[in-house]
Amino acid sequence: MKSFEKVANLLAENRGISIEEIKEDTKFTDLQLDSLDMMDLVLIMEEEFSVSIELNEDITTVGKIAEYIDARLA
Amino acid sequence: MSIKILGTGSCLPEFVLNNETLTKLVDTTDEWITLRTGIKERRVITKESIKELSVNAAKSALKSANILPENLDLIICATVHGQYLVPSLSCVIQAEIGAKCPAFDINAACTGFIYGLTIAKAYLESGAAKKILLVAAESMSEVSDYTDRATCVLFGDGAGAVVLEKGDSLLSIFVTASGNEELLTIPITKGNSPFVDHTNEKMPYLDMKGPEVYKFAVQAINRDVLKVLEDAKLTIDNIDYFAIHQANARIVDAASQKLNIPEEKLLKNIHKYGNTSSACIPIMLDESIREGKLKKGMKLLLTAFGGGMTTGAAILNID
Repeated sequence: MKSFEKVANLLAENRGISIEEIKEDTKFTDLQLDSLDMMDLVLIMEEEFSVSIELNEDITTVGKIAEYIDARLA
Repeated sequence: MSIKILGTGSCLPEFVLNNETLTKLVDTTDEWITLRTGIKERRVITKESIKELSVNAAKSALKSANILPENLDLIICATVHGQYLVPSLSCVIQAEIGAKCPAFDINAACTGFIYGLTIAKAYLESGAAKKILLVAAESMSEVSDYTDRATCVLFGDGAGAVVLEKGDSLLSIFVTASGNEELLTIPITKGNSPFVDHTNEKMPYLDMKGPEVYKFAVQAINRDVLKVLEDAKLTIDNIDYFAIHQANARIVDAASQKLNIPEEKLLKNIHKYGNTSSACIPIMLDESIREGKLKKGMKLLLTAFGGGMTTGAAILNID
């Protein structure tokens, strides 16, 4: 997943989470992120990757959002 | 540009609805509400009416402006839910205060006050009116579902008003609309026509996609603030205070961080009044002037967003 590393770094930097805790299958809920925190992240990632992101209920892990971004970038 | 504020007024209901009381109505906690929204209390109508709140705010603004109601040329009232659908709340205010001028309501949801300023600007610039009363009055508790924990904790009631004449205190103003029936709605009742199928009609309560509205708001505030600063040839540093629509403390935090607005420059009343829709900004304006925080010569930037979806921003010199 091309974007995973960048997504993980953005998460670590903005949420003060240690990068070791962020794996592809790490759930957003496990990182104590509520829906507004998710929107903050979406805004940051949209700017970083220059893509438009629309969350859906399947995007539950860091890996899944990286996949979504990869698909938009392709 | 066009506008001078002669006087301000506001009026809040007496009853303080705190988070503790809400925990008895819906499955929520003070901690959740505070962390999620920044709200500890809000004022809601019990014995009062939106008519009473708006008339009191108007009278207070007229007194502070030293203007008689009969000298008004126009009354504009921003509201999503007045005393009636008809007569408009502005007409009800007109009669109560003893004014003789034309009066109409506008609905730009939470951006109503800023939209109202654009209308006042046009009337004053054209000479069609010399003295304008602009009121923003909202009874959000009357369109809230007190069984829906996602929304009923957010809103409060209140009214704010300004009296305006021609002047040079409006440095820039910008409003937008992006029509959208999905993000934020308050349905209306549809009567009992036997010629229409009423089966799927919704109750007249506010419904909102919170996270999407959050995203919309943070982006809109960023865009609109930069736009009005550019138009006025000013920077964030030139602005003394920011009145960001108090929908949710987290929206204000996210937007102000993005713009590097120092926290001490943010006007705030969400913790005690909740989201009072279009009344929020004129209430903050009135209270900040009366408590001496906003002084003559200071620059105030207003920014708001709301159902529509509408957005707006403006920069004012305080008179």
